[in-house]
Amino acid sequence: MAKNDLQGTLDLLVLKTLDQNGTLHGYGIVLHIQSASNDLLRVEEGSLYPALHRMEQNGWISSEWSLTETNRRAKYYKLTPQGRRQLEAAQESFDQLVRGVRAVLRYA
Amino acid sequence: MSVLRRFTNLFRRSAMDRDIADELQSHIDLRIESNLAKGMSPADARREALLRFGNRTATKEHVTASDTTLSLAGLTRDIRYASRQLRRSPGFALTAIVTLALGIGANVIVFGVLNAMILHPLNIPNPDRLMEIANEQPGDDNQSYPDFLDYKARNSTFSDMAAYRMGLTGLSTAGSAQITWNFEVSTNYFDMLGVQPQIGRFFHPNDEHGPNSAPYIVLSDSLWHNRFNADPRVIGTTVDLNKHPFTILGVAPKDFHGTELFFWPEFWMPMVNEEQVEGYSFITRRSSHGIFVIGSLKPGVNARQAQDNLNAIAHQMKRENPTDDDTLVARLVKPGLLGDTLGGPAKPFLAALMGLALLVLAAACVNLAGVFAARSADRSRELAIRLSIGSSRWRILRQLLTEAVLISLAGGLLGTMLSVFMLRALSHWQPISEYPIHVTVAADATTYALALALSLAAGILPGLLPARQVWRTDVSDALKSGSNSAKAIHRITLRDLLLGIQIALCALLVTASLVAVRGMNRSLHAPFGFVPSGVMIAQTDMHMAGYANKSALPVQRQILNSVSQIPGVTDVAIINALPLSGSGSNWSVYKEGTADLRASNSIMTPRVYQVTPGYIRAARTALLQGRDFTWDDGPQKPNVAIVNSTFARKMFGDRPAVGLHFLGGDKTKYEIVGVVENGKYEMLTEDPSPAMFFPLAQIPDATTNVLVRSNLSSAESASALNRALTSIDPNLPFNFRGWSDRLSPVLFPARIATASLGVMGLLAAMLAITGIFGMAAYTVSRRLRELGIRIALGALRGQLIRAALARPFLVLISGSLAGLILGVLASRLLAALVYEASPRDPLVLLGAVASMVLIGLIATWIPARRALSINPAQLLRQD
Repeated sequence: MAKNDLQGTLDLLVLKTLDQNGTLHGYGIVLHIQSASNDLLRVEEGSLYPALHRMEQNGWISSEWSLTETNRRAKYYKLTPQGRRQLEAAQESFDQLVRGVRAVLRYA
Repeated sequence: MSVLRRFTNLFRRSAMDRDIADELQSHIDLRIESNLAKGMSPADARREALLRFGNRTATKEHVTASDTTLSLAGLTRDIRYASRQLRRSPGFALTAIVTLALGIGANVIVFGVLNAMILHPLNIPNPDRLMEIANEQPGDDNQSYPDFLDYKARNSTFSDMAAYRMGLTGLSTAGSAQITWNFEVSTNYFDMLGVQPQIGRFFHPNDEHGPNSAPYIVLSDSLWHNRFNADPRVIGTTVDLNKHPFTILGVAPKDFHGTELFFWPEFWMPMVNEEQVEGYSFITRRSSHGIFVIGSLKPGVNARQAQDNLNAIAHQMKRENPTDDDTLVARLVKPGLLGDTLGGPAKPFLAALMGLALLVLAAACVNLAGVFAARSADRSRELAIRLSIGSSRWRILRQLLTEAVLISLAGGLLGTMLSVFMLRALSHWQPISEYPIHVTVAADATTYALALALSLAAGILPGLLPARQVWRTDVSDALKSGSNSAKAIHRITLRDLLLGIQIALCALLVTASLVAVRGMNRSLHAPFGFVPSGVMIAQTDMHMAGYANKSALPVQRQILNSVSQIPGVTDVAIINALPLSGSGSNWSVYKEGTADLRASNSIMTPRVYQVTPGYIRAARTALLQGRDFTWDDGPQKPNVAIVNSTFARKMFGDRPAVGLHFLGGDKTKYEIVGVVENGKYEMLTEDPSPAMFFPLAQIPDATTNVLVRSNLSSAESASALNRALTSIDPNLPFNFRGWSDRLSPVLFPARIATASLGVMGLLAAMLAITGIFGMAAYTVSRRLRELGIRIALGALRGQLIRAALARPFLVLISGSLAGLILGVLASRLLAALVYEASPRDPLVLLGAVASMVLIGLIATWIPARRALSINPAQLLRQD
């Protein structure tokens, strides 16, 4: 049974975002998820930052302070090789979840 | 994510906090910026960003919490909290720590000795390639010199092979002779071991050209310091060994002490020169088995292959020398403990002792588990409060475990310190004064690792027990005051069970140690076949003063004459080697008329002693038949012998032996003139073994033990003897000791066994006392209120005691019974450890029961006093 919870979904979104965009700061991740999902998904800052730090401790992403285009200091995150493997696993497990839920819904 | 980084993060806590704050601030700033870009007013942009962000402090806390770093910070918090808790209940902490320290200490000491004796190699380069060539029969580890030369020349599995033996020599510098222990070694000894001298040189095979051709010695570091003031100019000078000049070639390295683990020779000399020093030659006699042979295995050869190779050679040698090598079978053993003469019996003993030490530790653990269980029961209310205000069960468990680990580390540290101290004392101890024995045991890394592992295991396992309780705690139930005290009384609780197990273990150990003490006592009073008390022994080797065996005899007679003149002396005699002294030899004997004197045709190989007339009387050995020797049994007369009853029975069955004959290995015919009682000759534990005595006048020997039985005190007789003997030859180095004293080496193993088992028993008894005391004290304190009410209602003292202490006593009795039964069942094991040990001895059983009762009384005394002195008025008022 795939491990599926909301936190896992947030992780997946963040990992995928970083995979597509290279390096991003937290605000950038929020913006990306919002626009890529056509405003359907809105990430709460209160969940995003703990998740970022947890993932960093897990070794999935790494961080670095750097300057934005407007010369503002921000902490940028990027995917590590371990994070890339984690992304694949999470994606697989999410696909399973979706297939499973869909199957149940269709059956009912 | 290294632990190190987490650890450094610990100290950079504030820096990390700032980092998180900065990051969150930058997020808000970025949103304000984009809001501004969308055309909001600065105030609106800011307001919207802050609103969207939500509670900044809460977010920051969450971020901080998700940083794993902080679980380490949490750990230090746990440790601080735990040590505060322990300080608040010092009695509990101290009991637990001391209990553990005793258990750990016992284990580390025993392991230290085990490590030094069995696991530790010799202090030489490549010790693991070195094997000793012993014979098939365990304990028979000596080879003859010619056999050694054959093994060395013909084998294809050893890169080199060397021989050594221990000797005792009179070493004189500037006229004064001192008895000195040495190693006689083959000249390739140092080359084979790969050691280098600290100054000068060692001898080598090319220094040797036949018997007595290499008068060289190599000094040990200690001899060089003690006798030569570490003067480098002694190299090249000569010293006298038993009156023969030897040149000092060099000094061995400081930490090199040859190829015996516990023996420290003073110097090394070539074995080819032994005849000069010892007065007789064994290097040409194939039948004289007296040397240890060690060899260094060729690379890629294992012990099995080498042993097969040597046995093929032994087979050839058997064909070539049917008489002497008839029973030759090689067996490879680890060198260092006199072949495995010492290692053989020491290994099972130490293993058993280790087992007992682990039992002590197990008892300590069980004790600790009981203490922890009691403590967490007492704290059930506190734990319930903590659970109800939102602490997670895991968090509380971690807290309890931290306490357990703290206690186990403290206990382990204390125990290790104690045992390191004891081991150091053991290393400085010279167990048998006339031998240069140093039991060099030191705690090494392995020992410390073991101590750490044991203490963690011993602390955490009992600490885990309360975990069950934490999991089961029903908050609302536990918070009701005065609950659960009454309902558990009539159930066997986990604590009762633990205490029962502990007492059973302790009773087992107490029984074991009593059995050992009794066995020791019995072996001290076992019939030796002679009576050592009241006898002073003056010992010398007259070779040291330049005598040969034959020329020694007139002087020996002179000694007997002049000693018998000393007032107070009742008997005096000379024997060449004392029974039970570790010296002496065995000869093969044959039935009269045997033509082929090969070893497998011999009837037995009895112990041989050469004595003067009067020895049998002086030693108080009972003469069963026939007569003692007289001075008429001289060189020109028929060869005569006195044998013991085992000899007579083995040779002649039930026929009276006096007047019958037997043959020695050199075809000499001996007539038996007397039969004496059996005795102990090599070990206290030996079965009745054959022995024979020959007149010193017929088979002379310059090795002299003057037996003087007198009614003088030992100091008086020693000084009188000294005067008498110096007047005969001032050059003879004598040493004086009472015969009972001289027996200390043979009694040594029994003493050690008894002492160590005794200590284990004592530890067990102490653990039993703390265990029962803890339980009884706890029961009384839990039931103070109830007992107070009973007193208030007029309970009598006896009823009160019964109410308070019936349970601990019941547990004590059932535990002790179980332990005693186990002890009796383990009798075989114990009998193997200690001579004459039998737990079926009523005195031992009685002693064990008495000790357990005594332990129970001591342990329950204080709680009983407390129960009796309850003041109900005061008690019922509080809480």
